[in-house]
Amino acid sequence: MSATIVSLPDQSTARIPKMNFLSKENGLLSWLLTGDHKRIATLYLISITFFFFIGGALAGLIRLELLTPQSDLMAADTYNKVFTMHGLIMIFFFLVPSVPATIGNFVIPMMVGAKDLALPKINLLSWYLYIAAGGLMLYTMMIGGVDTGWTFTTPLSTHYLNTNVVPAGLAVFIAGFSSIFTGLNFIVTIHKMRCPGMTWFRLPLFIWSNYAASILMVLGTPVLAITLVLVVLERTVHIGVFDPKLGGDPLLFQHLFWFYSHPAVYIMILPGMGVISEVISTFSRKRVFGYTAVAFSSVAIAVFAFFVWAHHMFIMGISNYAALVFSLLTMLVAVPSAIKIFNWSFTLYKGSITFETPMLYSIGFLGLFTIGGMTGVFLGATGTDIHLTETYFVVAHFHFVMVGGMLMAFLSGIHFWWPKWTGRMYPEKLSQFAAVTTYIGFNLTFFPQFILGTLGMPRRYAAYPPEFQVLNVFSTAGATVLGVGYLLPVLYLTWSLKYGQIAGNNPWQATGLEWQTQSPPLTENFAEIPIMDHEAYDYEWLERQQAKEVASVG
Amino acid sequence: MSDSTVISEGALAEGHHEHPPYQRHHFESVAQQFDATNFAMWLFLLTEIMFFGGLFMAYLLMRNWYYQAFVEGSHHLSIFWGTSNTAVLITSSFTMAMGVWCAQTRRKAGLVLCLVLTFILGIMFLCIKGIEWHGEWVDHHVPGLRFTDSDFINPALDADVYHEYHDRAMAPDAANKTEMYFFLYFAMTGMHALHMVIGISILVFMIFQATRGAYTEGHFTFVENFGLYWHFVDIIWIFLFPLLYLVSRHA
Repeated sequence: MSATIVSLPDQSTARIPKMNFLSKENGLLSWLLTGDHKRIATLYLISITFFFFIGGALAGLIRLELLTPQSDLMAADTYNKVFTMHGLIMIFFFLVPSVPATIGNFVIPMMVGAKDLALPKINLLSWYLYIAAGGLMLYTMMIGGVDTGWTFTTPLSTHYLNTNVVPAGLAVFIAGFSSIFTGLNFIVTIHKMRCPGMTWFRLPLFIWSNYAASILMVLGTPVLAITLVLVVLERTVHIGVFDPKLGGDPLLFQHLFWFYSHPAVYIMILPGMGVISEVISTFSRKRVFGYTAVAFSSVAIAVFAFFVWAHHMFIMGISNYAALVFSLLTMLVAVPSAIKIFNWSFTLYKGSITFETPMLYSIGFLGLFTIGGMTGVFLGATGTDIHLTETYFVVAHFHFVMVGGMLMAFLSGIHFWWPKWTGRMYPEKLSQFAAVTTYIGFNLTFFPQFILGTLGMPRRYAAYPPEFQVLNVFSTAGATVLGVGYLLPVLYLTWSLKYGQIAGNNPWQATGLEWQTQSPPLTENFAEIPIMDHEAYDYEWLERQQAKEVASVG
Repeated sequence: MSDSTVISEGALAEGHHEHPPYQRHHFESVAQQFDATNFAMWLFLLTEIMFFGGLFMAYLLMRNWYYQAFVEGSHHLSIFWGTSNTAVLITSSFTMAMGVWCAQTRRKAGLVLCLVLTFILGIMFLCIKGIEWHGEWVDHHVPGLRFTDSDFINPALDADVYHEYHDRAMAPDAANKTEMYFFLYFAMTGMHALHMVIGISILVFMIFQATRGAYTEGHFTFVENFGLYWHFVDIIWIFLFPLLYLVSRHA
């Protein structure tokens, strides 16, 4: 059990390098006007953590309300607002930017051997748009919130509700452009900024999956943007493209909305899958099994993502034939997802596995994402979907993918790259404890919701029949444990900024280019532009490299 | 993989030279900088296509549903002004293309002239659009704010249009769907005009920069990328014009 690959420099002599991207300039302005992708990533990390805890607090309120069958903690319409704000904040202000805008921003230029993203000013603009959108969303919350559900379903959102749909819609509109600019920047960087020798098939798989997610951001998000513009116009000018009473078509809204919002779930999960590839390879000391298949499965997910949206509409009166086709296409997505899961499992097979914290989170991801993905197939089958739709089964399904999958991957990635980011290690035992706590808390929270869903408990209600209470109490208890699991990393990661052990360049003995430079990196990432002369995940190359260094120093 | 070899060759070739002042620090060569920003502009235009795509989708669906209302609604647009505007915009695309050529061949005076002409034509487009919108306001065809469908229920009320097309009278529940047509007309031309306003604002900045010789010292990326944007806005109009004005022009 004590086996570890962590190799830290001698703590009595090691120092954080004097020149690095954090120490280069000081003062608030040097951060607010920075073009450095690593600083923008840091700004993003702080901002999304802030929004995560607001969204998390709202989730806590939801679970508290559902502790008892009556709607007693808050009135039913307050509950509607709370779950709506939870969804909006978690999706648009945490999940979508989580891995790409923080970890991706931080490591993508280094992974491809570039000094920065292709468009540093656009990168900074994307953060400002995020902040503007986030501010508008908080303002919406303060003036009374919105209760349409995060889906802005028409004509509910345009005709029947008297809450703040317009500012909420505009906030999502602006956040969308922040995400478009991030995706655009990544695509350009990956195409045009690779260092000499870095061919497409030498790129780390994190790059491939972020590339696929960026394509979805660039092609999908504008459709959501124009849809929300039409919703806002419909509310303000009262002309109904979507309101059937005014001659509009609510199904058109559903088509346009889900044309973005289904690919959006892959925007949320694909970058996380990239983290898993890096972490599993590093902590089993093996090249990712079937590199090409994993790379192309990301692209395949991105392509399929655009042809499955109508599975959100099986009960909305689309034609049976459309439902059949979309059901089939939906099940096809399971193929590339399964390719990934199987290839990661084969990477583990006969690998030299160690269980550092990032690895624990990643293994948690494998299990939870598999359950989340498989239940997605149930929902993709029209028959079971008609029974299960709008029940807690759906809630459990997407939380297994989004929280069990993406959040686990995000935490895995944060722990994995933390030493690179700050130059310091976090307390290992405590973080392992947090990872296990998160896993237990997560299962306790969301597994009962599968059962509740199959029993028929509908989602989005503040009250429920008393016979469902036992399972709901389990779920709320689990949410408490989960809350502890999420709070711990914030505490010890902050602690580690000052008191953590010095990490050195490459504490994990990983092969990526970002690990071959100092931690924290220089503002321009590398002392000189690297030349990629080996395949990705080539651990023998790393050994030769280290042997060479020892020989030259000795 | 070909683009990676280009970059690596570029990096090797340029590595030993002095960098021109306009090369940003994180690029290895001017060629890479041009390539990257140009590619970014194309990608941005792709997102713009998807953005307008939602509106076109709504238009196609509603046109199918409310065919007669859309046909008779379009009869009330001015084909004269629409055609003039198309001509104005295509001419502005020509002057813009000439501007890009001037920047590439380092002709400062020519560039400033072309940008100013493009600016004037852009303003002209907006003015003509304004005249048309004013006409719709006068005719009570502005959905939500000032709208009546009486001249669709009784087409003879608008003598000019009736004389030309002999539109059939529509039942009130069909006639009020013309409001949908005019809503999409305003949403689409409005979104297009917004893009024009943004483009014209950038043009003002560019004219100022061009008089200081910023684009004629070999660094014409900005002009070229703006040209792409301007042509894109033009192309959107090239689709809007037939869909909104021409497609139902039969008596």
